[in-house]
Amino acid sequence: MTEPLLSVRNLTVEFPTRRGVLTAVQDISFDIMPGEVLGVVGESGAGKSMTGSAIMGLIDRPGRIAQGEVILQGRRIDNLPDAEMRKIRGRKIGMIFQDPLTSLNPLYRISEQLIETIRTHLPLSEAQARKKAIGLLDDVGIPDASRRIDDYPHQFSGGMRQRVVIALALCAGPDLVIADEPTTALDVSVQAQIIDVMKRLCAENGASIMLVTHDMGVIAETADRVAVMYAGRIAEIGPVRDVIKDAQHPYSSGLMGAIPRLGANLDRLTQIPGSMPRLSAIPRGCAFNPRCPHVMDKCHIDQPQAVQTAPGRRVACWLYPPQDGTGANTERQSAQ
Amino acid sequence: MLAFIIRRLAQSVVVMLFVALIAFVVFRYVGDPIASMVGVDTRLEDQEIMRERLGLNDSVIVQFLRFIGNAMQGEFGISYRLQQPVTELILSRLPATIELALVSATIALVFGVIFGVYTALRPKAWSSAGIMALSLVGVSLPTFLIGIGLIYIFAVELGWLPSFGRGDVVDLGWWRTGFLTESGLKSLILPAITLSLFQLTLIMRLVRAEMLEVLRTEYIRFAKARGLSQRAINFGHALKNTMVPVITITGLQLGSVIAFAIVTETVFQWPGVGSLFIVSVQVVDVPVMAAYLMFIALVFVLINLVVDILYYVVDPRLRVDGGAGK
Repeated sequence: MTEPLLSVRNLTVEFPTRRGVLTAVQDISFDIMPGEVLGVVGESGAGKSMTGSAIMGLIDRPGRIAQGEVILQGRRIDNLPDAEMRKIRGRKIGMIFQDPLTSLNPLYRISEQLIETIRTHLPLSEAQARKKAIGLLDDVGIPDASRRIDDYPHQFSGGMRQRVVIALALCAGPDLVIADEPTTALDVSVQAQIIDVMKRLCAENGASIMLVTHDMGVIAETADRVAVMYAGRIAEIGPVRDVIKDAQHPYSSGLMGAIPRLGANLDRLTQIPGSMPRLSAIPRGCAFNPRCPHVMDKCHIDQPQAVQTAPGRRVACWLYPPQDGTGANTERQSAQ
Repeated sequence: MLAFIIRRLAQSVVVMLFVALIAFVVFRYVGDPIASMVGVDTRLEDQEIMRERLGLNDSVIVQFLRFIGNAMQGEFGISYRLQQPVTELILSRLPATIELALVSATIALVFGVIFGVYTALRPKAWSSAGIMALSLVGVSLPTFLIGIGLIYIFAVELGWLPSFGRGDVVDLGWWRTGFLTESGLKSLILPAITLSLFQLTLIMRLVRAEMLEVLRTEYIRFAKARGLSQRAINFGHALKNTMVPVITITGLQLGSVIAFAIVTETVFQWPGVGSLFIVSVQVVDVPVMAAYLMFIALVFVLINLVVDILYYVVDPRLRVDGGAGK
């Protein structure tokens, strides 16, 4: 089996506040293989974006990685000094943000932003970098790229700007692209195009994608595997086809039931009652217990550990108790 | 760009006309001008003749148009007190005020931006907290107190710098400058610092607040996520965006530095336009006051114009409706 491109091990992100420490991400572990697309799905505040930021080393203070490791190509990167981390950002891991309207600096031409980024990472001259930038804009589908490259961000539409953002994230040829809700701020008609561009370019460059979104439809079409997050933890992770067809965690089956399907003759979609708890009020035991249709006594007492239920599939739910030993052990074995 | 400037110029003319109206009303209706000009024993018939000769019996509109016509030729009448043409009087005092204002504006801008950026980039450092605490002093202490304090320390106790006046000036024919002599430069230091201190702290606090705001934006996060160096992010991406709103405030402040140098000029007996105005107010020298009003309005209008053009240069988004962009 090939070595994973990125391994996240027992990652915990905490925010100390005046009212105590909030745990935004708790003890999550997953791998991304070279060329793979991992979807990360969950409600707002489930810790999806925070996980991406943690991998990039871009958590705003006072938040911090309290525990765990991030390993990129066999090298631990979560404890690197900022100067070292800067060589990884953009060069090894590219990141695409949610809102293309705010992620470009309004006062600089597209060309200036692209060339600056390219020349930060690659030993190219101004003219070479410009040529590469035009090629990139061409690749992401901006018509008449050699002329439009000298425009300012406000002269592009939202979808076009997100293409520019993709070009910027990919310009130094990263091995992993973290796309943080790349289509949420866009018109539905443009979303599919943007996903296509991103997926095609990453496939051409052999880059993996960590696609953070709350849109199960996007995940279903794009991802190879999916991690379902709830209240800072991974509820379930597995191949996208299996999880959609046969969700094991009650939360993910609720999510899947909420996807509208053609041909299914339903009066109404499944609905998960209640809403996700705030980080400051996560219930004891399983965080999902107040909303779970299968809740048991045990769920109010102990947090379920991730258990391997099939090859490449893990679920953290008491419906799937650990077979032998402790849950933590199982998780570690399956992660290796 | 041209259309933009022409539009702004037209607006400026409207503003100036309005100010002229106010200046005219002051000029004409604050007391009787004839009464201010003549002695007690002038006969009423002579006063009437004077009134007729000065055109004060014409209709108000005719008088206003005449005032505008004269003002456009730089003609504001004769000072009651000094019996000199007002325009000449103001022009002879102007170099002193402009030199003082330029030096203090430069001090305020340079140190304001430096301190503002520094405290924004190191918000938790002790040095930043110290600068912020000192800036409170600058904002809250009145100008005359700072001036008097500086005079006491550096002129009276230490004897390093002169306490009043402009020192020796060199006459360049059209401009009398204090920049070229040692005593002129020395005399400039204390008033310039006094005048700049308030603006400096204001600019500094503004730059700091704006920069903190900009550093939180998505495009700065995205710049970080692309691995750009800290320097490129702070001074390339963040600073330029910080400057957009700072330019407006700074521009307007520069206007008020020139306009309200009055207090500083009085404290340091600086022979500028401000002290001329103060004396004129004391003796109700209306022509000088009216001309000063027009002059200050002109300064503000011009500075606003420059600020608008600068805005246009810095922020490409504004160029869209001007025809330069697409």
